[in-house]
Amino acid sequence: MQEYFLLFIAAIFVNNIVLAQYLGNCPFIGTSKETSVAIGMGGAVVFVAVMAAAITWLVQEYLLAPLGLGFLQTLAFILVIASLVQFVEMFLKKMVPPLYKSLGIFLPLITTNCAVMGIALICQRNEFGFVKAVAFATASGLGFMLALVVLAGIREKLEIRRVPRAMRGTPVGLVMAGLMSLAFFAFKGMI
Amino acid sequence: MNKLWKEFSKGLWKDLPPFKLVLGLCPVLAVTSTAENGFGMGMAVIFVLTLSNLLVSLVRNLIPAKVRIACFIVIAASLVVAVELLMQAYVYPLYQQLGIFVPLIVVNCIILGRAEAFASKNPPLPAIADGLGMGIGFTMSLTFLGGLREFFGHGQLFGHHVAWAGFEPVSFMAEAPGAFVSLGLLLCAMNYFTNLQRKRKGLAPIDGPTHDCGSCGACGSK
Repeated sequence: MQEYFLLFIAAIFVNNIVLAQYLGNCPFIGTSKETSVAIGMGGAVVFVAVMAAAITWLVQEYLLAPLGLGFLQTLAFILVIASLVQFVEMFLKKMVPPLYKSLGIFLPLITTNCAVMGIALICQRNEFGFVKAVAFATASGLGFMLALVVLAGIREKLEIRRVPRAMRGTPVGLVMAGLMSLAFFAFKGMI
Repeated sequence: MNKLWKEFSKGLWKDLPPFKLVLGLCPVLAVTSTAENGFGMGMAVIFVLTLSNLLVSLVRNLIPAKVRIACFIVIAASLVVAVELLMQAYVYPLYQQLGIFVPLIVVNCIILGRAEAFASKNPPLPAIADGLGMGIGFTMSLTFLGGLREFFGHGQLFGHHVAWAGFEPVSFMAEAPGAFVSLGLLLCAMNYFTNLQRKRKGLAPIDGPTHDCGSCGACGSK
């Protein structure tokens, strides 16, 4: 139990997927202009990252490894993720329309989100077991959501401030992300 | 010839990928702790981007519009697998340094973005010129940012000690926060110079390019 608790704390705060591991920066900067959008995107990432980590783990264990096709990992994983996103989108549209309404527009953006593929690859490189991989994906997804929502909150406040013209938009967003990353650095000593 | 040069040179300054188009930020931030890593990553991207542009351009009339993104992904992924094998064979230390960011080239917005925005609409030769130009621009930017962070973070450049005696390295620059802040300040400087140029020509100042995830074109469309 304690092991999983530490895994969660480590993945959310200490090795935050965006602020310490540099994954998923495009959506992190791109979709953090409004809090409501950020929450939707964060939710979609958690959802897809967990499913992708579980399925890629099974693919690696029962398909690629026994057949000696380890070198095709990249190709196999991206295909799994791309088709998974399509499938999830169709499933939600048909079966859970309210959820589709809130997450739907973000799902296509996730195929090329390196956080999802990155989480699956980190699980493989660290040789996590199935349950640990799923737990790690959940925690990392939540970490992504936390960073995204916090940055969106900061940028909403910035909208009504006077920012020098050259700093407006992306540059000031990146500097804010840097300061947040510095704050998360303080968690380094915890584990 | 003239047209080819135009396609090639636009990636070097006018549409410089990470700074002007603001695409593919993850590797820009992650592998630029040293100039050498940035350069190596750039080389891998040149290889994948040029060949994927060529292949996409060759098959552009064969692929039904509905499944084109999936086809682009398969082409890019096959090339990334080739890069991974080549790097393992010839530059293994660099491959280990770059870690999961080598396989992650496949989800780099630049690859899919150029395939969707340029290669799928143009014949092979301009597509190659576009890929090479964008790739070289990407490499230059990564090497520059890497050099900047390596110099301030470690007092070194390409692994050689270049700082003067009494130079105090700012370890902030070598770590994650420094990556975000230095990229932000670099973008700010780019915007500032763009506006300075416009002012000299008597034009009104403009805001810098805004980055939204849909700008790579690959994600939003299906």
